[in-house]
Order: sequence, then structure tokens, then C-alpha cells
Amino acid sequence: MNNNTSISAPTDNEAILGILNNSESMLKRIYIAYFPMVLQLIISNNGNEDEAKDIYQEAIIVLYNKVKSGNFELSSKLKTYIYSICRRLWLKRLSQMSRYGGDIHDFQEYLPVDEDLVSHEERDIQFSKMEGALSELGEPCRTIIEDFYIKNRSMQEICEKFGYTNADNAKTQKYKCLQRLKKLFFQQK
Amino acid sequence: MSDIELLSVIERYLNGEMSADERARFEMLRHDNPTVDSRVIEHQQFTEKLKQYGERVEFEGLLNAIHAEIDVQALKEEFVHHPSLIVRIWRNHHSKISLAASIAIFAVLSTLFFTGYLKTQANQSEVIALSSKLAKVENSANKLKQQTDKLIKIVGAGKIDQSKYTPSGTGFAISADGYIVTAMHVTNDADSLTIQNANGDAYHVKQVYADPNTDLAVLKIVDPSFKTLGTLPYGFKKRADVGENVFTIGYPLDDMVYDRGYLSSAAGSNGDTVRYRVAIKASNGNSGSPLLDANGNIIGIINSKQGQAADAPAYAIKSKYLYRALTAMAAESSTKKISLNSKNVLASMSPDQQVARMQKYIFNVKVSNK
Repeated sequence: MNNNTSISAPTDNEAILGILNNSESMLKRIYIAYFPMVLQLIISNNGNEDEAKDIYQEAIIVLYNKVKSGNFELSSKLKTYIYSICRRLWLKRLSQMSRYGGDIHDFQEYLPVDEDLVSHEERDIQFSKMEGALSELGEPCRTIIEDFYIKNRSMQEICEKFGYTNADNAKTQKYKCLQRLKKLFFQQK
Repeated sequence: MSDIELLSVIERYLNGEMSADERARFEMLRHDNPTVDSRVIEHQQFTEKLKQYGERVEFEGLLNAIHAEIDVQALKEEFVHHPSLIVRIWRNHHSKISLAASIAIFAVLSTLFFTGYLKTQANQSEVIALSSKLAKVENSANKLKQQTDKLIKIVGAGKIDQSKYTPSGTGFAISADGYIVTAMHVTNDADSLTIQNANGDAYHVKQVYADPNTDLAVLKIVDPSFKTLGTLPYGFKKRADVGENVFTIGYPLDDMVYDRGYLSSAAGSNGDTVRYRVAIKASNGNSGSPLLDANGNIIGIINSKQGQAADAPAYAIKSKYLYRALTAMAAESSTKKISLNSKNVLASMSPDQQVARMQKYIFNVKVSNK
């Protein structure tokens, strides 16, 4: 464990390249490099380590979406960006929990990142709605939908897995499941 | 084409599973038929959301796996500011420490309070001033009471509240205008004096003279209601002989008691020349009683006895010291000297007649010491 934390922080260019290439090892290096900074921020401002984890992971998701959408400009350090996102997210969380005392104890300089968080919030809402719809969908529909649309399994595989005698039955089942999922999705609030 | 078939066609189209021919035909259909077109767009967007959801779930799984490798507690230790031992003790135990401190402060304050330490000098002098004020109030209350007592006495025609006076001895009149003689040890230390005779006449008196050497005291009736006692039935005689019969009337108890005996010595105990030794029954209350010879002349004043035995000899102050006392008293107060009556009307009387004539002039002396 300790050798992981001793991995040196990647340069910002390395990091961005790694993100664009879906490099897991780079994700790990980035994650390990900046988590302590965020932990310090959260703990020093009325939070605990679990809240630090949530906030940090959300910030990493924001960073990935931003980099992958091609909008990330290296006008600032990656570190500053991550810190700013976490700071903004934590302020919002604190005010939601009515724990915000009106002052935050800072350790880094930070940037205005409100725009990035608006698009993140929109994605977050869609994600939550999909999560809710899928959890209400029930089996075998959920597995069929996840296998086909997320895991990109073929209808052939799905037929075998669920023991459908012919492909038409599977198709009909998948169709019905998708219709139900759409209905549930748009019902989500 | 059923919806199910349309969906599978759309999916094949979106997944790029169509041949070039098929694709071209479907794009024509999509172009001509807006319903099909909107279905394609809608399906594309929805499946995109599904994919995004899937990606995020996968990504979060990845993040959690990475996170699990971090020793969060060790990091936390670094960031949680390491305060000094005293600060840590304070943080962990501040409620207990505060409580203990409160108790300590309370204990100190209450100790100081109950030991009177917190009282300032000013308060103390105030207390003293208050107590002296209280004493003044008490004094004035007592004066008021005395005045009230006097008033009661005037209104009640000579009635004195006897309950607060204790019988202490005997006294007898030496003049018609209210001078009474008794033993000094009877009246000494008394705050207030009354006298009462066998007829029930009671008067307030004050001591006007006292001689510690002879134990003689002279009292004077101070009651406003008092006028005169009338002519004294007995006389005074300076000389007496050993062996003479003598008698006395006194108040050894609440009631007047008559007794007789004889003069047994011209000297008191241990060569005392001030007093006679008398063989007569006497008790404590007899102090101040007149000692008379058989003819009714006062020859002495009983003041003590030898021990407590009933038949023990008594001692009487010789009457010549009464003469001297009156001379001294007149000199001291520059008033006219009281001249003692040398004649008496008792000489030829029987003892019972003598007593009957005398009893008005023999008083029970009562004292009040508060």
C-alpha cells in the first residue's frame, strides 16, 4: 500500500493523455496523487474521510468528463482544478447539510468552476434517473438490458443465457423490457 | 413493420450492422418518414444514456478499487493536526476538567463565604454599629418598660409587679420620709429594687449609700406615690451588753419571721469589732434585719452567720456604724443628715404587740437583676 502512495504524481500532460487513453494505471496515479490534498480539505472543514472519498470521486468523474469532452485547457494546474472542483462540491454539500459555517479553511488557490459543475449536475441527474429506473425494472429485464446495451452482448449470447428457444422470443422480451425501462426512466424525478 | 421489427432495424442501423445497400434504403426511409427518424434519434439518445450509466458504474468501481488501496487512516493522521499533549488532554477531557474547575471554584467561594472571609471591614463595622443600635433599641425599650411599670404602679395605686423581683433580704425604715437600711450584700449588683412590708405596701427604692467596709446600705423610696411612713415605733441605741435578750424581725422567706435570742459577744468572728455575735436563728433572707433589744431599740443589723447550720451564731453590724454611715452619707451627698430616733413606743409592749407595731416598717427587699 505504501509503495502505491509513493508513486510520484504524473505531470499534467501525462495525466491528460492517460485519461484520454482510458489508462487505468494513470487513473490510479492521479487518484493517489491528489487524494491527500482533498482529504485535508474535507477533514479541515467539518467533514470525515468517507465524505472526502465521495467528493473526490465525484471530482475525478467531473475531470474525466471534462477532459474527454475535449474542453480541458491546461490554463491551470490539474491539481488546482481538482481542488477547485472539490471545494465547490464540498461547499454545496455543507450547505445542503446545514453544516456550512460561512467560512472555509483553504489550503490551495482555487478557480471558479461553476460552469463545469452545471453540466456535471445534468449528467448526474440522468445517471440517478437511470439508476432508479433500472432498480425498479426487475429481473430478467435488468440483466437483459445491461447485457445488451451496456455490456454489448449479442442477442445470441442472451438467448443462451436465459434459455430462450428462438431469437424472436428474446427479441420480443428485450423490446418489452426496453419499453418498460423508458417508461420508468421518464417517470423518475 | 411492427415496432419490435423497427427497433431491431434501428439497432442494426445504429450498430453499423447493415450492408451499404440496406443502409442507404433505411436512410431514405428515415428521411421520408419523420416518425421513423424521431424513433431513431430517441433510441440513440436513450441507449447513450444507458451506456453513460454503465460507464460511470464501471468507473466508480475502478475508483473504489483504487481507493481501497489507500491507507486513509494513515493519511488522516498526517492531516489531523497533532496538537500538543495538553491540548489533546483538554480536547478529550475538557468537559470533565471544566466540571472539576467549577466545583473547585464553588468550593473555594463557599468556604470563603461560610468562614466569613468575604465580609469586608465595612461590613464588620456595620455589624458592630447594628449591634450597638440594637443595644440602644433594647435600652430604650427597657426604659419604656420601666416608665410603663411606673405608670402602672401610679395607676394601680402602689401595685408593683412582684413577679420579676426575687426576695433577697430584709430592710427597715430609719426615717419617716422613706430611708431604709439593709445589708449592702443584699442590694449589691441589683439593677432594680423594690421593698414590700407585711401589709402589702410595696415601693420602688434606690440605693443612695453603701459602705463595703461595714456592709451597710441605705435605700430611699423613690415612688412618686410615696408620702410618708409616719413616726417610727422603734428607737436606736448605740450600746448593747452581752447577755441582753434580743429579737429580730425579718424575711428569711416570703413571709415575715420573728425570732429572739441573746447577744453572745461584743465581737464578731476573729476579733471583728464591727459586729456583735448573736445567738439567734437567722437565715440568708435575714440579712439586713434589725436587731432590737427587749425594749425595742435597734442595736444592730444582722448581716451574716457562722456557717449554714440552723443553730449557728449570727453576726449583726453594730448600730454605731449606722450612725457613722449616715454621717458619711450626709457629707458625701451634702444633704441634711438623717437623725435617728432615740425614743421608742415599744418598751412596755409584749412581743406580739411590738411586732404588730413594727411590721409596717420592716420590708422584704427584692431585687431584679434582669
